[in-house]
Amino acid sequence: MATTSLGMPVKFYQVGSFAVGNRLVDPALRSVQSGQERANALTSGHRACQGCGEALGARYVLDAAMRASQGRMVTVNATGCLEVFSTPYPETSWRVAWLHSLFGNAPAVATGVAAGLRALGRDDVTVVAQGGDGGTVDIGFGALSGMFERNDDVLYVCYDNGGYMNTGIQRSGATPPAARTMTTQAVGAEPGNVFGQGKDVPRIAMAHDVPYVATATVADLRDLEAKVTHAMSLRGSRYLHVLVPCPLGWGTASSDTVKVARLATESGFFPVFEAEHGVVTAVRHIRHRVPVEEYLRLQGRYAHLFRPERRDDVIARLQAIADRNIERYGLAGPVAALEVGPVGRAGALIEEGAAPGARVREV
Amino acid sequence: MDKPFAITLDVGSSLANHTGAWRVERPVYVELEPPCAHACPAGENPQRWLYAAEEGAYEQAWRRLVEANPFPAVMGRVCYHPCQTACNRGFLDEAVGINAVERFLGDLAIERGWALPVPEVTSGRRVLVVGAGPTGLSAAYHLRRLGHDVTVRDAQTAPGGMMRYGIPAYRLPRTVLDAEIDRLVATGVHLELGARVGDVLDAEREGFDAALLAVGAQLGKRAYVPAGEAARVLDAVTMLHDVAEGEAPHLGRRVVVYGGGNTAVDAARTAKRLGATDSVIVYRRTRDRMPAHDSEVAEAIEEGVRVTWLSTIRHASAGRVLIERMVLDETGFPQPTGELEELEADSLVLALGQETDLSLVEGVPGVSVVDGVIEVDDDLMTGRPGLFAGGDVVPAERTVTVGIGHGTRAARAIHAWLGRADVRPGVAPDADTAADVGTASDVGAAPDDGVGSGGDEGAEPGQLGAHPLTGAQVPGADAAGNPPVATFDQLNPWYFADAPHAVRPRLEHARRTSGFEEVVQGLDVTTAQYEARRCMSCGSCFECDNCYGVCPDNAVTKLGPGARFRFDYDYCKGCGLCVQECPSGSILMVPEVP
Ligand SMILES: Cc1cc2nc3c(=O)[nH]c(=O)nc-3n(C[C@H](O)[C@H](O)[C@H](O)COP(=O)(O)OP(=O)(O)OC[C@H]3O[C@@H](n4cnc5c(N)ncnc54)[C@H](O)[C@@H]3O)c2cc1C
Ligand SMILES: Cc1ncc(C[n+]2csc(CCOP(=O)(O)OP(=O)(O)O)c2C)c(N)n1
Ligand code: SF4
Ligand code: SF4
Ligand code: SF4
Ligand SMILES: [Mg+2]
Repeated sequence: MATTSLGMPVKFYQVGSFAVGNRLVDPALRSVQSGQERANALTSGHRACQGCGEALGARYVLDAAMRASQGRMVTVNATGCLEVFSTPYPETSWRVAWLHSLFGNAPAVATGVAAGLRALGRDDVTVVAQGGDGGTVDIGFGALSGMFERNDDVLYVCYDNGGYMNTGIQRSGATPPAARTMTTQAVGAEPGNVFGQGKDVPRIAMAHDVPYVATATVADLRDLEAKVTHAMSLRGSRYLHVLVPCPLGWGTASSDTVKVARLATESGFFPVFEAEHGVVTAVRHIRHRVPVEEYLRLQGRYAHLFRPERRDDVIARLQAIADRNIERYGLAGPVAALEVGPVGRAGALIEEGAAPGARVREV
Repeated sequence: MDKPFAITLDVGSSLANHTGAWRVERPVYVELEPPCAHACPAGENPQRWLYAAEEGAYEQAWRRLVEANPFPAVMGRVCYHPCQTACNRGFLDEAVGINAVERFLGDLAIERGWALPVPEVTSGRRVLVVGAGPTGLSAAYHLRRLGHDVTVRDAQTAPGGMMRYGIPAYRLPRTVLDAEIDRLVATGVHLELGARVGDVLDAEREGFDAALLAVGAQLGKRAYVPAGEAARVLDAVTMLHDVAEGEAPHLGRRVVVYGGGNTAVDAARTAKRLGATDSVIVYRRTRDRMPAHDSEVAEAIEEGVRVTWLSTIRHASAGRVLIERMVLDETGFPQPTGELEELEADSLVLALGQETDLSLVEGVPGVSVVDGVIEVDDDLMTGRPGLFAGGDVVPAERTVTVGIGHGTRAARAIHAWLGRADVRPGVAPDADTAADVGTASDVGAAPDDGVGSGGDEGAEPGQLGAHPLTGAQVPGADAAGNPPVATFDQLNPWYFADAPHAVRPRLEHARRTSGFEEVVQGLDVTTAQYEARRCMSCGSCFECDNCYGVCPDNAVTKLGPGARFRFDYDYCKGCGLCVQECPSGSILMVPEVP
């Protein structure tokens, strides 16, 4: 790393790449979200709850996809909050070409759109499909697996808020253990959702050997945008799994949406990584590691772990999940002591002057 | 219109749906006072100029700085930087090196020859400033900026006061001091040197409309130390003065300095440089109670100065002093033990504080002197109308920084005083005739260059309570409109990249004691910029775009570089995410008022 006479980094940008924007870096390296010209794919007036992580995540993803595709993009949307809060007939918040399918068939519909475009010779138009975790890991799972198997040319984005939120917070295959939902009440010896069940769809997607699989959260915009941009540059089936906190379903303050997502990654409970053709290629290292308890404490869905009495046994099992992630993905790896520029995908640091999304080196 | 099968309504945008109606609290952009600015006795707002320096706009940064303080290169060397003590970054890792960046800007300005604006004399008023120390020069500078005709008189042959005759050259090179004073005088100040003012009333009779006493504290305190006839005893102020004049006094090889303040440390370090093999400070308490600045004590010890703690001097004779050991009682007060010890000493330097020579106000009606200093009101005016005083002659902490701040305040107060219709020195004006004139806040309100958004566009420092762009009053502002100070817990430190403080290089030891070369070196340009970028912009938007980014409702409008942001209350649901994720604490949530 280039340093000054006193050993300080030559490039140091105050907020590094953590904040949405940074007036000190080259405009070409700035985030999509910081631009006045961003697409605002999901515009104001939608009916999402205050502080909705899914609404935020969808705008982050689609704005980046719009920039990457220069606006030539078709979106297919499964039923779920994202569809219901954005498009109550005859009104819509979408400012992209957008198609609503059913709860369970967005991957199949997207496959069809891709096939139709191919038949029309429109290889300049890309297809992005999106759905909630219920639509993705549960009811739409067969269609998704088929899409992966055929390597259909679709970027599929799952917004994981850990439950069927639209219909009133029921458990899904992505609900974490011990979380309370309407169908996993905080009663009995093992309150909340059971341990040992559920589906890790990013890893299942990797097992399909698709070109690209990545996870991300709404707490790390630069990482998310870089992943969308990279995914949009590839063809075939690509899968992006985005953690989007839900203030209503998680029992969090509406102002804590980004914070709680950040704690999910900083505790290791939600691993952020990317994989190509079934192999993990990069991970986002933890910056300031925290015990999983810090993540749990903010959430009403885990309140029973602290009241009326503390459930250290359950907290320890959740901590074990985080520890296992940290081990499996090497999340505790070298943490950049000095952030010198916008972070590319999964924490790779790029220097000023490097192309957006370029992966350079670790400090 | 033909619609597809089963479709009866036109497609509409959700923009018709004003979700702002859900809100019970609303976010508002605020401009809080940064702790650094709150703590600076010279009235600087470091955040404002650091902001420009972060972008590499050094001249702009310097111009913002000198709106308050015309001595950045001096300050960057001698200020004890209370701003850094207050800096919120200290809670994260280490305080921002504000002082080092200030020096960098000051040195760059000298190197590049940047000049201060030369204002016209527009008021037709003449002001006399007695004393060309930091207090008097700062007042002269601000009075010039306010359009007055200013004369500064000093008894010495060169200006600067204790900056020249007290602070040694290894801490403040005279080329730097000269450059900054010359630049200030060039704004049209009439400087009269070798011009001791014997009686301030005489001066008043020359037709000045107001006068400021900034004569400092020039006399070394004469505490009684019994001494034999052959003992060589001198006071530190005189000794340092003589060294500054190039007349190094004869001290001998073994020098004992008595006292625990900065002057004592400077005297001991100077003695080393004059060739003393032993330079010993005798102080009656312990190091943690020593009033001298810790970094200077550390530097002195590095240079070989020794300190004998918990000791007082009982007697001085030729070649030796007798010291008595002390112990601290429960209240921390030193008590004698009766245990005596001898120290070899060719000379004894007394550094027991300074006193003021106030003969020039003797018998002046209305002026009251208590405990050797002049009594003043909140406007720094003495009991005699039109006669002001500041710096070391009034009860306050005695530092260059406080002096500069007093100069600024006195200039504002004099300006307000001169704006009255019937101003006559020595006569209290009739309150009814007070005209509506420029006030204190005019100082420093020179038009800014308008780049960036350090929170100053159109705003005057005295009006910090109002948001610079919207003009809205900041919640929690005091009666005078001053906004609350931004505390660390209002920030979101996650966003600030980890970055340790850049330490200023120091001269190697060997070269330190052999001469008066400057000990602490400056930062190079990249390091200065790095250090500036460590600022967290407490309580002031620095356009990180977080609020614009994190709003799930797209209810923040980005107005473009320098123009910051606006909430779109038609759609803001009041979730508070923007408030939570604002790194600088520049957004507050306030109750929605029906
Ligand atoms: C050895 C030493 C080291 C110090 N180091 C530091 C430091 O590192 N940092 C810091 O912040 N502070 C330091 N100080 C304190 C600081 O120098 C003073 O607080 C500051 O200079 C006071 O400014 P002033 O303008 O009020 O008075 P002065 O600086 O004392 O200036 C007063 C001026 O008035 C003139 N004058 C006096 N009487 C008359 C008269 N009758 N007619 C005309 N002119 C007159 C004098 O010649 C002098 O030039 C130090 C002080 C000493 C003694
Ligand atoms: C076949 C079918 N079964 C049930 C539903 C009712 N339904 C609509 S959305 C939804 C849950 C959506 O959950 P998820 O996909 O996680 O999206 P979220 O609302 O959490 O964003 C359900 C059960 C439906 N629309 N179709
Ligand atoms: S971080 Fe910046 S604004 Fe905050 S106190 Fe320190 S220098 Fe001032
Ligand atoms: S994030 Fe958006 S909706 Fe939430 S309080 Fe701020 S402006 Fe309002
Ligand atoms: S979040 Fe950033 S851009 Fe928004 S007010 Fe705070 S500092 Fe300014
Ligand atoms: Mg869901």
